[in-house]
Amino acid sequence: MKQKKRNRLILTITGIFLTLLWISPFYLMFTNAFKMKSDIFTNIIGLPKEWTFENFQQAFIDLDFVNSFMNSVIVSVLSVGLLIIFSSMAGYALARNTSKLSGVIFLIFVAAMLIPFQSVMIPLVSIFGQADMLNRSGLIFMYLGFGASLSIFLYHGAMTGISKSLDEAAIIDGANRWQLFWKIIFPMLKPISVTVMILNLIWIWNDYLLPSLVLNAEEATIPLKMFFFFGQYTKQWHLALAGLAIAVIPVIIIYFFAQKHIIKGVSEGAVK
Amino acid sequence: MKNKSLSFWLFMTPTLVALALVVFVPFVYGFIYSFSDWNGLHATEFLGLDHYVNLIQSENFLSAIWFTIKFAVVSIVLVNVIGLGLALLVTQHLKVSNLFRTVFFMPNLIGGLILGFIWQFIFVSAFDSAGRLLGWEFLQGWLADPTTGFWGLVILNAWQYSGYIMIIYIAYLEAVPKELIEAADIDGANPFQRFWKVTFPLVAPAFTISMFLTLSNAFKMYDQNLALTGGGPFKSTEMIAMDIYNTAFSENNMAFAQAKAVVFFILVAAVALTQVYYNKKREVDL
Repeated sequence: MKQKKRNRLILTITGIFLTLLWISPFYLMFTNAFKMKSDIFTNIIGLPKEWTFENFQQAFIDLDFVNSFMNSVIVSVLSVGLLIIFSSMAGYALARNTSKLSGVIFLIFVAAMLIPFQSVMIPLVSIFGQADMLNRSGLIFMYLGFGASLSIFLYHGAMTGISKSLDEAAIIDGANRWQLFWKIIFPMLKPISVTVMILNLIWIWNDYLLPSLVLNAEEATIPLKMFFFFGQYTKQWHLALAGLAIAVIPVIIIYFFAQKHIIKGVSEGAVK
Repeated sequence: MKNKSLSFWLFMTPTLVALALVVFVPFVYGFIYSFSDWNGLHATEFLGLDHYVNLIQSENFLSAIWFTIKFAVVSIVLVNVIGLGLALLVTQHLKVSNLFRTVFFMPNLIGGLILGFIWQFIFVSAFDSAGRLLGWEFLQGWLADPTTGFWGLVILNAWQYSGYIMIIYIAYLEAVPKELIEAADIDGANPFQRFWKVTFPLVAPAFTISMFLTLSNAFKMYDQNLALTGGGPFKSTEMIAMDIYNTAFSENNMAFAQAKAVVFFILVAAVALTQVYYNKKREVDL
């Protein structure tokens, strides 16, 4: 018993050490963002000698943060919303249609997951450019195309747990497919919808490359704005770090409120 | 729902159209134009395999592939060992397990670009001042040469991705029946044997998924590469994804870049399929 207790103590201490190691990059980012420029040079690891908010003020303005935050929200919310609506419909249709064609379509969606983004990036930009679709609507449509595979795959898997007799009963009661899906099936898919939402939100919110190819300066999302901002302040770490901290803070706040859902969602998405 | 039924196609159309226009049309289009002198808008001449022949001789491309493979191999080992270690630690039902898990996973919510910038600060400034303070020379001048650039990327990736892989191992570790472990315990197996002979074979499916994810993540890495080293110094830390991007959008060599992109697809798909095939063969079903 004593041995067991000692082992647990050793494990706990190891864990605490690793936890501190894991958050040290964030610690360095936050503490140095509050320092004066000269303070960073002489005292990088300690707390600020004199706390200053000026870096944050300046970074907030240079990042045009309210605007870029709203741009990120618009793109993410619309893309994820469309992904949930259309992927759940497709996942349902594919699960309920047992024909060969339906199986082939499902396989095509799964196969598309093998194609890395860089393999289609250049022609994608060219085609959408010629169609005058290199803008926010085009970007949202692209996210629908890139995100559909995994989302449909997850919805398709979840459908196996929903009995067909529900469909039959509703049809006998005179509902059509559309009503049946939205009134009965979709509400039952809520847990998987949360997973689909989380997985796509993490990816789309943080995506840099695709928006950098598609969006103009006014529509720039946070990662895009961050790239230009950072380039402008190389070697001016006090400002650069404040900017990075501003971008990280909202994500960490949301994480601490929704961490159970987020970890569960990621786990389900990866394991299936 | 029948094939011919209108509702089936109505339900399928939005995602099918999006997938076709965003993935399949560009994929085929790009494949065809990789055999021509395409400039992003027009092609005037069929060049056959010219780009593919040049590509085998392109030093940039070959060194990018080699760098990516080295990075992928080291990453797979590190990320899986650390990820499994963290998962084992977190599943010991310690009082603070939840906090540990939360912190280890946290980097994965933040974009690779931002993480790369944060670590650039650590490697360039924090390492440097720690090196000066302690008189350790090896901490100085990080990211200024290919070796530290490589290890910088490896450390960043291990720090970020181990927490993600940990989540997958946790899911499988928690599914291992307690009775099996207890039975082994009663039979006199020590903790090491219990893990190696009982838990490990049952967690095998997690290896399939984790190795596949780690590998494809390493192969496709772009944001971290861009933010941490920018491919420098002198393109020495450029990975495949970045090489394709630069060939297309910095050098404006669209058809050649697309040929690289086709080869990149073949690499990624081949590796992924082999991996899944081999791991499926040795999985133990619960």
